Amino acid sequence: MLTDSERTEIEATLAHYPHRRSAASGAMRIVQRHRGFLSDEALADIGAFLGVSVEELDSRATFANMLFRHPVGRHVILICDSDCCYVMAYEQMRDHISARLGIGLGQTTPDGRFTFLPIVCLAQCDHAPAMQVDDDFHGDLTPERIDEILARYE
Amino acid sequence: MSDVETAAGGVRVGIVPAADGKRRVQVCAGTACVFAGSLKIFEAFEREIAAAGLADQVEVAIIGCHGLCSQGPLAVISGQETYYPKLKAKHVERIVKEHLVGGTIVDDLLYVEPGSGERIACWHDIPFYAQQTRIALRDVGVIHPERIEEYVARGGYAAARTVVTEKTPEWVIDEVLASGIRGRGGAGFPTGQKWKFAYSSVSDQKYLICNGDEGDPGAFMDASIMDGDPHAVIEGMIIGSYAIGARDGYIYVRAEYPLAVKRLRLAIAQAEQHGYLGDDMFGSDWSFHLKIKEGAGAFVCGEETALMASIEGRRGMPRSRPPFPAVSGLWGKPTNINNVETYANIPWIITHGAAAYAALGTEKSRGTKAFSLAGKLVNGGLAEVPIGSTIREMVYGVGGGIKDGRQFKAVQLGGPSGGCVPAALIDTPIDYESLAATGAIMGSGGMVVADDQTCMVDLARYFLQFTQNESCGKCVPCRIGTKRMLEILEAITAGQGEDGDIERLQKLAATIKRTSLCGLGQTAPNPVLTTIRYFRDEYEAHIYDGACPARACSALITYHIDPESCTGCMLCAKKCPVGAISGERKQTHVIDIEVCTKCDTCRQVCRFGAVERLTGDEVAAVSVAARRPA
Repeated sequence: MLTDSERTEIEATLAHYPHRRSAASGAMRIVQRHRGFLSDEALADIGAFLGVSVEELDSRATFANMLFRHPVGRHVILICDSDCCYVMAYEQMRDHISARLGIGLGQTTPDGRFTFLPIVCLAQCDHAPAMQVDDDFHGDLTPERIDEILARYE
Repeated sequence: MSDVETAAGGVRVGIVPAADGKRRVQVCAGTACVFAGSLKIFEAFEREIAAAGLADQVEVAIIGCHGLCSQGPLAVISGQETYYPKLKAKHVERIVKEHLVGGTIVDDLLYVEPGSGERIACWHDIPFYAQQTRIALRDVGVIHPERIEEYVARGGYAAARTVVTEKTPEWVIDEVLASGIRGRGGAGFPTGQKWKFAYSSVSDQKYLICNGDEGDPGAFMDASIMDGDPHAVIEGMIIGSYAIGARDGYIYVRAEYPLAVKRLRLAIAQAEQHGYLGDDMFGSDWSFHLKIKEGAGAFVCGEETALMASIEGRRGMPRSRPPFPAVSGLWGKPTNINNVETYANIPWIITHGAAAYAALGTEKSRGTKAFSLAGKLVNGGLAEVPIGSTIREMVYGVGGGIKDGRQFKAVQLGGPSGGCVPAALIDTPIDYESLAATGAIMGSGGMVVADDQTCMVDLARYFLQFTQNESCGKCVPCRIGTKRMLEILEAITAGQGEDGDIERLQKLAATIKRTSLCGLGQTAPNPVLTTIRYFRDEYEAHIYDGACPARACSALITYHIDPESCTGCMLCAKKCPVGAISGERKQTHVIDIEVCTKCDTCRQVCRFGAVERLTGDEVAAVSVAARRPA
């Protein structure tokens, strides 16, 4: 069952579209904000409310990288893999983070502290290489700066 | 308004004076500056101004992206429009005391032009800005993006009002056609023509969409317009809705742009309150309802058919065209889709006339184009110039040249769909046709500059990796074809290239371009084809000589300490994370290449330039020398 606040928030978006199903991806983001990730149960709740099959929601959720079908860590690291960040050596930063945390892209540290994901572009190209941790942006990365930044997230 | 004509014929904008005649401090709150801490600077100004007893004379306001993002956080002070870059909270007190109270510009906090070392006070005089003609970006970095009255004070919504209350849709379409503006999202299709198609489609319901998914990764002009001047986009859409006859519209914004979403939401609510959006706009009987659709993070959703699928609530995968959106688009209804920057230009065209816009640019590419400059440039940021400016003007003029005095090698235009243009073609004018002739594209305006340390084969590998990650998987050429290309490129950069690889890449590229379903696949081979075309020697060096001329592909380089330059300071040995470097103090150090992980730390920390990366024949030459008895 959707909670009251989840339902209220989703209902507010229904008027934006001629069909209920169109509110699906927005609804998934709303529920994810409340529950941290989209469990099978979450998809069933949304599907029942919007009249959309769970399979269809699953196909959308697994397609978009800001929708999480698995639990994520307390902090989500998004490392930008755009061409600009490539030219500014993002691959070296990616490998550094992987080595520091002992996880690859798409993985979560065993202590549940970080989830590490790629992102297409953070639109901070002149501060490349760049990453975002939760809602905080960090640019002009170097391995040393990354170590300092990661230490700030418990 | 305090606009003045620039030499280029564009308008140079002045700060909007506060309504009550107060002096004004404008703090940039574009995304880059906010992340760099500009809101703290904003608070510091408010605090210090209050402490100095100036609160009733000086207003502190935020503005959208000012453009020269590498200088943030920054503030501009009205009057002489003094520009203070790279601010820290401690600087604010001095600016308030010396400039606002004392009336003296704080010299040592001014912008320093990298080439000349000259200190420049007024932002209009900084070469980065002086060389621009801002139309789409006319109010970005000038007005407070969260205040509709500032947009209106600079003439905003006048064009929409005129169109809706006095003009016919045919007049609007003719005007847009006459301006010669072409779609700024990448394909460059004439906007007026697109509007005419949608106008001609007969239907009880039509839609107007703004594609705010940002064409290229590595570009950010659309983000800056959406969060710096959201009303310009909305006004352009109002004009478009009236022209084609759409009463409903969506702005599709990437999930990664929370600031743009917030400001667009606010701007829509303000426009509705003022009667500029919604029912009976401007007192006419025209209605247009605009909503925001947030993406969920899928690159391919920038493709128009995928974008519409996503709004409809389906998986964001492209479909084949025809039917084109103008005939059958969102929910099967005639739909017009334009890019953010395109819409932002429209009000200016209506206000100043199609002829004024068409007077800028080149014969086939009229007007101006915004570019985001990034990569190995001194001045990264956002710049708008007349179409037809050359790559040299962008890289060495606006961009201030290459970082660290290195050599300009190539510029990638159009992101993964585009191609790279080599230094030899630096005088190529940036217009749709001239760029197409080089094998690159205009794209949405991302310019990523590479220097001599960028390996062009590895660049191609990177782009194919990107395409592989972002391919939606629907069609075989894109899903599997780019995978095969990637495997070949991975082998070449790992030193396992074979004779015939270049030809295999070219053959695959031709097939993928011809047979992919959407723009993502059709353009994916472009970076490979242009790098082969201009840097074939680099491919051959990798394949036949086992050498990476840029010394970037780690499989093909060996780290070595030059005994002539090494002073034996032990710094590299201390910093090496794997303990691969040995040597006594004041003795030449040696890297054990069996242990070395090629992390590059030693080279970065060495103050004497003694750590070298050897490639190809150089490796053998050094090992021979090392074996030779002294």
